[in-house]
Amino acid sequence: MTAPQEVRAAIDTAYRNEWGQVVATLIGATGDWDLAEDCAQDAFAAALSTWPRDGVPDRPGAWLTTTARNRAMDRLRRNAAASTKLRQLAVLSRGPVEPPVDAIPDERLRLIFTCCHPALPFPARVALTLRTLAGLTTAEIAKAFLTAESTMAQRLVRAKRKIVEAGIPYRVPPPELLPQRLSAVAAVLYLIYNQGYDDESGARGLAAEGIHLARVLTRLLPTEPEARGLLALMLLIEARRESRITNGVLVTLEDQDRSRWDRAMIAEGVRTLDDALAMRRPGPYQVQAAIAACHATAPDAAATDWPQIAALYRELARLSPSPVIDLNRAVAVAMADGIPAGLALVDELDKSGRLNNYYLLPATRADLLRREGRVSEAAAAYEAALELAPTDAERRYLTGRLHSL
Amino acid sequence: MKYVLLICDDETCSPSMEEIAADPAYRAFAAEVDRRGASLGGARLRPVADATTVRVRDGETLVSDGPFAETKDFIGGIDIIDCADLDEAIAIAACHPYANRGCVEVRPVWE
Repeated sequence: MTAPQEVRAAIDTAYRNEWGQVVATLIGATGDWDLAEDCAQDAFAAALSTWPRDGVPDRPGAWLTTTARNRAMDRLRRNAAASTKLRQLAVLSRGPVEPPVDAIPDERLRLIFTCCHPALPFPARVALTLRTLAGLTTAEIAKAFLTAESTMAQRLVRAKRKIVEAGIPYRVPPPELLPQRLSAVAAVLYLIYNQGYDDESGARGLAAEGIHLARVLTRLLPTEPEARGLLALMLLIEARRESRITNGVLVTLEDQDRSRWDRAMIAEGVRTLDDALAMRRPGPYQVQAAIAACHATAPDAAATDWPQIAALYRELARLSPSPVIDLNRAVAVAMADGIPAGLALVDELDKSGRLNNYYLLPATRADLLRREGRVSEAAAAYEAALELAPTDAERRYLTGRLHSL
Repeated sequence: MKYVLLICDDETCSPSMEEIAADPAYRAFAAEVDRRGASLGGARLRPVADATTVRVRDGETLVSDGPFAETKDFIGGIDIIDCADLDEAIAIAACHPYANRGCVEVRPVWE
């Protein structure tokens, strides 16, 4: 007998760490995504009833994989048409209970790359990754993305069907495809993280899931610097979470209470980034992490290394051109080379029309004009930004700025 | 002179192969093609939900979900290829000259 709360904690930990592995192993053996998920679910249900009686097994992952596999064999035996899958499972069951240590990452990695295959619609990649790798329920995913549960369920069904019917391979892509496919995986994980970061209350768990999955990715792909760059970026942003919104009002980086930043997390982020940069293959996530590191390690706002940040934004714009990056660069240039230089870049962007209806364009102009003491122009720009601001926290922030002019 | 018939609809109706085989209208169509000896082969395509689109720009292969729909582009021809999986089909599609200006839609065959 083990204390109930200890068992509960062990099962929670196992769920978090082993779900993806159990599902990946069963998909690898049977090619059947629904069967794999059902049997993984069964294995965790079995743990709930068995572990309090028999104690937590020494290797929970092996126990869960074996239980899920036996359950899959039971189900397939009842279905004569599935004899090929049954043979594959039987082969698996003759092997060691736990796959060799170096094979474990491989199996989950196949699952990540398959879930994030670019032939799947982007929202389906996100949903499938959260379902099969993180073990979130359809209801939880739907809630986090403010979608009806039925819509999310349909999205998952269609994605799994497409994997089978369009012949999406269940494997890690070959080296020549890896950089391109890794960026698809990173985009999914970063969206998962950001969904949790932006949400003021409901979807915070997603930020943790994003970081967890990015950690898994760095362990599985130790020689890919962009995987580390992504993890470093998430850690460096996450470290500032507590100071970002106070009483429902957005607090800008400049005004944040830096004593509330998570120093341990910043240190880990910087270490992870250094490991990535040492591989000398820069990419967009490493550059973004480097920018976040500049902010996170500045003792105060005034001591921020703006010339370095402006240079990094120039590099980022080269690696992945986007008008939003150009806007961020304009701010960095304003801080490094003087407001007029930044304003000129903002005006250029505005004229290009590439950021129409994006509230941060007028908000940025307003802020730069305010710093220049051009009060009436700043007020007009704040009003334009208020028209476009997407959330209450942002509207409250802009209103506050407008009134303090 | 050869022709390829691209059968398009809005997919609100997606009968099974059995239903098609049993439908008198399809049987009459097939009988007419047989009577004329016109059939060179062809295949029914999986629905648009199973489509993948490939483009090559500046040497980079861009892969995205779904058909290149909601445009005035139309399908200009088909190649039938036998591949291990979708990735191999994408690799072949990326070699097609049209991938450099238009796009190549990879659709699994209903079998």
